[in-house]
Amino acid sequence: MTIPIAWYLVLSAILFCIGVAAFLIKRNIITVFMSIELMLNAVNLSFVAFAYQWHRLQGQIFVFFVMVVAAAEAAVGLAIIIAIFRARSTLNVDQVNLMKL
Amino acid sequence: MTGNPSLHLWLIPVLPFLGFLLNGTLGRKLPNALVSAIALLFTAAPLAIVANIVLSFGHLQLPYREVLAPWIETSAFRADFAFMLDPLTLIMLLVVTGVGFVIHIYSVGYMADEEGYWRFFAYLNLFMFFMLTLVLAENFLLLFVGWEGVGLASYLLIGFYFTRPSANNAGKKAFILNRIGDFGFLLAMFLLLAHFGSLSFDQVFYAIAIHPEMQGGFITAIALLLLLGATGKSAQIPLYVWLPDAMEGPTPVSALIHAATMVTAGVYMVVRSHVLFDRSPFSLGVIAIIGAATALFAATVGMVQTDIKRVLAYSTISQLGYMFLACGAGAYAAAIFHLVTHAFFKGLLFLAAGAVIHAMGGEQDMRHMGGLRKAIPITFWTMSAGVFAISGLPPFAGFFSKDAILYESFASPTAGPILWFVGIFTALLTAFYMFRLWYLTFFGESRSEHHPHESPWTMLGPLVLLAFLSLTGGWIGIPKALGGGDQFARFLEPVTGTPVHRAGASDNELLFSVISVVVALIGVFIADLMYRRKPELAGQVAGSAKGLYNLLVNKYWIDQLYQGAVVTPLLFASRYLLGGLVDRGLINGGGSLAAGGVRGVGSLVQRVQSGNIRSYAGWLALGAAALLLITYFGFSMHL
Repeated sequence: MTIPIAWYLVLSAILFCIGVAAFLIKRNIITVFMSIELMLNAVNLSFVAFAYQWHRLQGQIFVFFVMVVAAAEAAVGLAIIIAIFRARSTLNVDQVNLMKL
Repeated sequence: MTGNPSLHLWLIPVLPFLGFLLNGTLGRKLPNALVSAIALLFTAAPLAIVANIVLSFGHLQLPYREVLAPWIETSAFRADFAFMLDPLTLIMLLVVTGVGFVIHIYSVGYMADEEGYWRFFAYLNLFMFFMLTLVLAENFLLLFVGWEGVGLASYLLIGFYFTRPSANNAGKKAFILNRIGDFGFLLAMFLLLAHFGSLSFDQVFYAIAIHPEMQGGFITAIALLLLLGATGKSAQIPLYVWLPDAMEGPTPVSALIHAATMVTAGVYMVVRSHVLFDRSPFSLGVIAIIGAATALFAATVGMVQTDIKRVLAYSTISQLGYMFLACGAGAYAAAIFHLVTHAFFKGLLFLAAGAVIHAMGGEQDMRHMGGLRKAIPITFWTMSAGVFAISGLPPFAGFFSKDAILYESFASPTAGPILWFVGIFTALLTAFYMFRLWYLTFFGESRSEHHPHESPWTMLGPLVLLAFLSLTGGWIGIPKALGGGDQFARFLEPVTGTPVHRAGASDNELLFSVISVVVALIGVFIADLMYRRKPELAGQVAGSAKGLYNLLVNKYWIDQLYQGAVVTPLLFASRYLLGGLVDRGLINGGGSLAAGGVRGVGSLVQRVQSGNIRSYAGWLALGAAALLLITYFGFSMHL
């Protein structure tokens, strides 16, 4: 039996919403960062699901691009996090508000 | 267009302008002798050119026109830098350059010890430039340039002693009142442009001449607006109040600008555009009434003034009133005749008054003079010529010109016997106040400790020359009734035309002359009685008619009336209504309101920029959700 595409999409949406919620609620930058990864992967899931459904390769290729970008982003993001921690000795996003006027 | 040789009229105004530039830029560093040499040279040269023109005048085809360059060229309108020469211009040129040059000479002596010697002569040359432009101009616009320019020079020279607040105020007063007149002049030019499409004298007057149906109506409007301009420049009711204050300027300035030349510009302008005025008997009547009223009014005020220059100032206003009366009567030649003789004798009187003031070490109050006859005989004799001339005693110049005006106004339909009577009564007052001045200054006992001394020859020479002209100047226009040939009026006939009412009525002209002489003698007699034989009588008369005397001493409270009726409300309106309400309220307030609004909105919106990453993320999520919802419902609604 084949699992209908709707299930994949619903799972993807649930994962994405969890990611958004975590992004909004969590204070630790690393957790925030992880929730971003979660959102990216939720999108990846819907890409793959559609690719499988329509027998197209583009969706699968796009997932690779997203993973590459996510990896690069992880590298840069972690570097920023370390820099912030060195400067502030905290990882609480609410205290990283120097940009405020 | 004509076979005339080129006269290079443009040189006449441009030369004094060169003098102005030289003295104005370099004068500060030059020695006084060089400054006066420059100033005199650049006023003598135009005089020489004018004299040269006079010699060849008979051979010229008139009017002679000279277009230098186009000035304004549009499809609808054109004005050129154009000069013209006709008998009227020639007479004005002779007066301006002749009297101007003489007064320049006088100034060399009078201003010798003054601060800003170079500045004085630079301004004086500037004045000559504008005045000559004014009389040479071939269109209203160029005339207006000269008109404004002489106003500027007058302002600068009235305020010559700029450290004195009274001099500054007098300058401003003169300028502002002239501006009111200029406003009328400008409106008149707009109307001319609207109706004739041109400001050239030639074209406008030709257009009027070929349209005999043009009577009254807009012509009256133009004439009355021009008249407003003339009342400003020539110090007539209602704009005359600046001239007495203008006496704050140095005396040569009073003589040149505020007696002989500039103030007569209004008369010149009326005569120049008489074609217009002739078509509007109503405006001629207005001119005649204004002239007669001003003449009488100023003469009454002049009777009680004690400042020697102020007497002369009111006398000038009064005499200008005569010229306006003549214009109103259509006796343009008589007006110009009086303008010329007035330039001689009033220039002389002012210069002589300057010599008296010089002799008295700056004293201007006649109550502190007296007995100067022996101390400064040359000044005395020359000034006497002026006093006799202005009083209308034959054979001095003023007699002939004043007589011509009075006679013609009696016969004129626009003036008539009532205004003639005003004029003849004014002649009595004139003789009275001039002889009062004469007796107070030169006769009786000295009322001052100062030891008067005669002025240098640079001042006395011009006095003698002008005294000679004041004696003989009237002989150029002796009427037929007195055995003359009326040459002056005939010379001007190509410009002014022949007054209709002139023909045939010469049998009683002699009678009118006798009347005016008798009246003048009565004035002299009263002055003689009150100020020489019984000096205590003047005080008694003043005491017995205290109300009238106070009215005259306070100049009918006209200054106060203007202050209360115009200046104060205007100041109030501009300070509170315009300054307070409009400027500070509307404009400033509007600006503040806009700025405050922007700041308020900004302070509200800036809360979004919290710096809190999670709030940004929240907004982002909300925005995304909103977009999703909009697209979803939007599509569902359309589909």
